[in-house]
Amino acid sequence: MATMPSIKSREIKIVQDIPISKTLQFWESLKQGKVLATKCKRCGKLYFPPVADCSECLASDMEWVELSDEATIETFTHVVVRPTTFQPEKPYTVAIGRLKEGVRVLAWLTGFKLSEVKVGMKAKLVAKITPEGKPIYEFIRPE
Amino acid sequence: MQYGDVMKKVAIIGVGCSKFGVRNDVNVAELAFEAFKPSVEDAGITPKEIEFVAVGSTGAGAWYEELLPAVVSAEYCGLTGAGLIRCEAACASGSAAFSTAYWAVASGQVEIAAALGIEKMREIDTPTMMEWIGRAGYYLWEFHNFGLTFPAYYALYATAHMAKYGTTEEDLALVAVKNHKYASMNPIAHLQNRIIVDDVLSSMVIAAPLKLFDCCPVSDGAASVILASEDKVKELKVDTPVWVAGVGFASGTANMSKRLDYVGLEASVQASQKAYKMAKITPDQLDVAVVHDCFTIAEIMAYEDIGLCEKGEGAKLLREGQTEIGGKIPVNVDGGLKAKGHPIGTTGCAMIYELTKQLREEAIEKSRQVPMKNYIALAHNVGGTGHYCYVTILRR
Ligand SMILES: [Zn+2]
Repeated sequence: MATMPSIKSREIKIVQDIPISKTLQFWESLKQGKVLATKCKRCGKLYFPPVADCSECLASDMEWVELSDEATIETFTHVVVRPTTFQPEKPYTVAIGRLKEGVRVLAWLTGFKLSEVKVGMKAKLVAKITPEGKPIYEFIRPE
Repeated sequence: MQYGDVMKKVAIIGVGCSKFGVRNDVNVAELAFEAFKPSVEDAGITPKEIEFVAVGSTGAGAWYEELLPAVVSAEYCGLTGAGLIRCEAACASGSAAFSTAYWAVASGQVEIAAALGIEKMREIDTPTMMEWIGRAGYYLWEFHNFGLTFPAYYALYATAHMAKYGTTEEDLALVAVKNHKYASMNPIAHLQNRIIVDDVLSSMVIAAPLKLFDCCPVSDGAASVILASEDKVKELKVDTPVWVAGVGFASGTANMSKRLDYVGLEASVQASQKAYKMAKITPDQLDVAVVHDCFTIAEIMAYEDIGLCEKGEGAKLLREGQTEIGGKIPVNVDGGLKAKGHPIGTTGCAMIYELTKQLREEAIEKSRQVPMKNYIALAHNVGGTGHYCYVTILRR
C-alpha cells in the first residue's frame, strides 16, 4: 500500500502513578521472598491478586496470608511477538498455575525448555528481585 | 413475564459497511461517513430523523487521535443534535452500541436510533498496538509485569483446549482456511487471499501455539445500523425489516487467573443462553451465524459455548465442514474477524450488517449467500478475552 499523505499528531509521553498503598505489604514482602494473598476476615474468601476490599461480602477487613509455593500449571503460552515496552526482553513464557489453597497465579515461567512445559506439570512459585531491582514473582522448576 | 418480554418490537431498517483494511486514506470521521451514508440511504431516511446515536469505538485518543469520536463523527455525518453516547466493551463495543440503540427504541423513548461502529487502528506502529491491546485485561496484575498480548491471552485458551480435548494446530488452521475462503468472495474484506493449512502451520509464531495466520489482521473499518420501531417500519413502508429477536449479554473476570477454566468463555455461554431465551429459539433453528473469531481458537470455542455443538466437539464440527455453506450451520461466511478484519469497536455493527444482508438474501456475492429456512441468524461478539460478551439474534 502506497504511503498516504498524513500529518503527525503532537507527541505526548504517558506515565501513570499507580497507587499501591493498600497492597503495599504485598510488594514489600516480595523483597523478603514471600508471595502474599489476602483473606477476608468476615467471609474467609482468599484473594490473589491481593485486594483491600472483599467483592464477595463487601467487607474491608482483610488479613495477609503467605501462599504455598507448589503450583500446578493449568495453561501457558510463549510470547514471541512482544509489546513495545517488552521489546528489550527475550521471548517469554507466561503460565497460570493453581496453588493448593485454590487460588491461581499468572506469572512468567522460567527455567524450562518450552518443549518441556506441559499442562498439569508442577512448578514452584517464588518471589524475587529483578536485575533492575523490581520485586516480582514467577514460576520456576521445582527442586 | 419472560426475559425481554417488556421490549417493544425493533427492526433493522438500514445497514452500511466501509471497506475494511489499512485505511490511511481517511480519518475517523470520513471512515464513519463511508458506512453511515449507505445505511441511511438503505433505510430511506435522512440523518435528521435519527434521534439517538450509540457509537462503538475503543481506541479513542490511544490508537487514533480523536478522544470524542462520537461527536466528531456525528458532526461529520449530520447527526449533531441527536442523543449521543460512546460505548466501550473492548472488541464488543460495536455490539454494546447496537444494544444501546436497540434499548433506546425498544423502550419506546425514540422511534429511530443508529448504532455506529468506528475504529482506526493503523495510525500507530504494530508493537505499540500490541502494547495497547495487551493492556486491555487487567493492566496492573497481568500486563505490567508479564507483558501479555492479545494473541497471548487467547493462546492460554488454545493450550488448555488442545490439552483437554485433543484439538490440534491443524484444526485451528482449518478455521483460518475457511474464513479466508469466504473473505476472498467478499470485496470489503481486509484479507482476500485464499490460504491452505500449511500456510498457517508454517507462519511465524506470535504467541505459541498461535501463529500469524491464526490471528486476525489489525484493521480499520466502520459499520452503521439504523433501527426503528414497528410504527416507524409501517410508516416508512420498509420492504424487508429484520427484527431484533434476542439480545443477551454477560461478562467475565478482568484477571485471567480468576477464570473457571481455560477451555471456553463463560460469558459466551451466559450471553447466548439469554439471547436464545429472549428469542424463544434453540441453536438448531439458526440458519447462519457470525462468531467472534479474533483468533482461530476463539471460533472453535464459540461453536461450543453458544451451543452449535457439545463442549469439546468444536473441532469435529469444523472438520466435518458443518460450518461451511451447505453444512448444518454456516459460520462467518463474510470472512469473519480472521479475514474480513477486526476493527475492534466496529466488529459488532459489521456482524449485524452481514446478518441483515444474509437474512434479506441480498449478500452481494451470491456465492456466499446462505440458503434460508427459518430466517433466523445469530451474532456472537466477545470483548477482550471473554471480558464482555454480547449475543444478538435477528429474525426476518
Ligand atoms: Zn468477605
